[in-house]
Amino acid sequence: MALKIEKDALTGVESTGHSWDGIQELNNPLPNWWLLIWGFCILTALIQFVLYPSFPSISTYWHGTSNYSSRVDVIKAVDDIQASHAQYVTKIAAMPITEIPKNKELYDYALLSGKVTFANNCQPCHGVAGSGRPGFPVLASDAWLWGGTLDALQQTITYGIRSGHPQARDSQMPRFGVDGILTAAQISTVAEYVQFLEGKPRPGANLAAAKQLFMDNCSACHSPEGNGNRDVGAPRYHDRVFLYGADYDSVVRQVTNPRMGVMPAWTYRLDTPTIKSVALYVHSLGGGE
Amino acid sequence: MASSAATAMLDDGSVVNKVFYNEAIVRKFVIAAIIWAIIAFCLGTYLASELAFPQLNIAPYFNFGRLRPAHPTAAVFGFGGNVLFATSFYIVQRTSRARLFGGRAWADFVFWAYQLQVANMCISYLLGFSKSQEYAEGEWHLDLWLAVIWLSYMTIFIGTLTRRKEPHIYVANWFFIAYMSMILILHVGRNLCIPISPFRAKSYSLFSGVQDAMIQWWYGHNVVGFFLTAGFLGIMYYFIPKAAGRPVYSYRLSIVHFWSLTFLYVWVGAHHLHWTALPDWTQTLGMAFSIMLWMPSWGGMINGIMTLSGAWDKLRTDPGLRFSVTAVAFYGMSTFEGPLMAVRDVNALSHYTDWTVGHVHSGALGWVMLVSFGALYYLIPALWRKPGMYSTKLMEWHYWLAMTGIMFYIFAMWIAGITQGLMWRAYDSHGFLQYSFVESVAAMHPYYVVRAIGGGLIVTGALMMAYNAFRTITTSDESILWAGRRTAGALAAGE
Repeated sequence: MALKIEKDALTGVESTGHSWDGIQELNNPLPNWWLLIWGFCILTALIQFVLYPSFPSISTYWHGTSNYSSRVDVIKAVDDIQASHAQYVTKIAAMPITEIPKNKELYDYALLSGKVTFANNCQPCHGVAGSGRPGFPVLASDAWLWGGTLDALQQTITYGIRSGHPQARDSQMPRFGVDGILTAAQISTVAEYVQFLEGKPRPGANLAAAKQLFMDNCSACHSPEGNGNRDVGAPRYHDRVFLYGADYDSVVRQVTNPRMGVMPAWTYRLDTPTIKSVALYVHSLGGGE
Repeated sequence: MASSAATAMLDDGSVVNKVFYNEAIVRKFVIAAIIWAIIAFCLGTYLASELAFPQLNIAPYFNFGRLRPAHPTAAVFGFGGNVLFATSFYIVQRTSRARLFGGRAWADFVFWAYQLQVANMCISYLLGFSKSQEYAEGEWHLDLWLAVIWLSYMTIFIGTLTRRKEPHIYVANWFFIAYMSMILILHVGRNLCIPISPFRAKSYSLFSGVQDAMIQWWYGHNVVGFFLTAGFLGIMYYFIPKAAGRPVYSYRLSIVHFWSLTFLYVWVGAHHLHWTALPDWTQTLGMAFSIMLWMPSWGGMINGIMTLSGAWDKLRTDPGLRFSVTAVAFYGMSTFEGPLMAVRDVNALSHYTDWTVGHVHSGALGWVMLVSFGALYYLIPALWRKPGMYSTKLMEWHYWLAMTGIMFYIFAMWIAGITQGLMWRAYDSHGFLQYSFVESVAAMHPYYVVRAIGGGLIVTGALMMAYNAFRTITTSDESILWAGRRTAGALAAGE
């Protein structure tokens, strides 16, 4: 088809003479502002190529006149932060944990460090400020399974609970129902006694028979009065803090086929001063002993 | 094909060749595009709701992790892909004055094979199959099938071009060629993998570590660059001049921005990997090429918007054209935002936040979706030989619902993303982080709700379009449709 270059009636600009399905094209020049900005962008890019590491060769690359390296930068930034923390961290590492609260400056630092470490590591299970979640204990109350002194907290955080670490806190509640140690009827009875010890006696319960079952099977760990035992992480019943539910049905379920919590050994992930800081923070939440 | 053209005598005695275009295949792709649009928007809205209300995660099939890859697949390949097939087949025939190469059966094969492919991809993700490569999650046998479909598609398209009766190839077709050849390269490159057995839908990538990450974002960013940008620029270059009835603003600009866009785009994928194990020199290239890409991207916007000079009044009367032109404005905005976010220091704030999600959607919804709707509202009356759409009022409603939905989405994600970025980097005088990660998650809730509402508006608009299309196609009372004659499709149907 022959070219038919026409002038656009509206703008007076010439067309290229082509037509596709009725579409024509005008021959407007490239806009100046567009060329100018593009030139500026290309110049910016060229400057970056010179200043920063850019084009590669076979075995190395252009390192740039600025000697920029994100790796070196981040190592320096981390080193700077660690240097500024060193004055606190070395003291915290050297001091017994119980001495730290006596030094206000150190204690304030440790609480800050503990707070942020707790928020990013412990909070997913233990909730904001240790408020707990079903299956994970509240850390802001004075009901402790394994102890709430600073030393006990440091021990728990360092080695964990049933974590597999040789120094972890460990215990195993027998599966009374699943393993046939008690019948279903006996479990129902003993659960009534647990409810009694919680201070919520169930009407019509045969407490004499229940007490005998409790003494024979449970009291070794949970104590005859239901005071619990921190050596094995057994709860104190009248705290009424039960990880897996305090109501009758939950107690029956727990005796039949117990659930037992696991906490990681944080020594694999956090250093000693940080663990001490977390222990101090948890201790400060309200339940510390 | 001898039967594809016939000679006709006009009233003045001159003889013209009339070409019988294969429009049946375009009609099929148009209907499929509308169906996939609704599926994709519903999936997106449900996923947005899952993020706002995690209880909506229904294990295992509708967990966020499985459902999320089905959304971009339905949106990009289902909706976007069908729009591209429909428009490229329509445009290449008309601007070449040639019937589609390869005959009806081959085109039909491409249609049904492609629908099966997209459905298979979505369903396989829900069943738990995935290569875990973003936008390329399909397992190896699906990849092979897609390669067969794609080669067929390219052969039909390029075959049609070679039998064209125009001396030159129209600019829309340049963009279509760039898009389909680059997608072939990307698809093959990204999906090089080793299946564990010929009979098992499980494979491992040929690449590992940071090299795999670089291949991933070379692929991922160029799917955006060639599928969602170059392909849809092809659409813009046909439907805006057609609907506006004006010549394209600048031929020279179209040449320069075509070649600079296609040359520069393939370099920029590295900007997805700033501040990672990717070497600094690769990051610099990704950043610098992204900055150089800004103006070439805007070349398309200038040509789209300036083509309207002398026809701006049509925006008042033609909602279809309004979709297309608004799309170009969004295109301009997100192709400015992109290079900005590619700058390493801006990226330090925006990376991993919802700002990125918002940026993608200002492109995907603002540009791709709107320009697609503009094309569909043009094509539906044109393909079914109707004087106009059934209801211009519904088109108006659709336009404003889509616009409001996009605004809800983008503004919510801007605020959410910048809030996240600032919370993550906030620290006290000792250098301790001020917020835990979970606090930044909790802070997102209101924005996630707003986003889900935006998604709901977009779904509602798409349902209106589907109803409007159904009535346009099925209504036999032409007088109703004449009322919608103001819409652009009427011009094309008149031929």
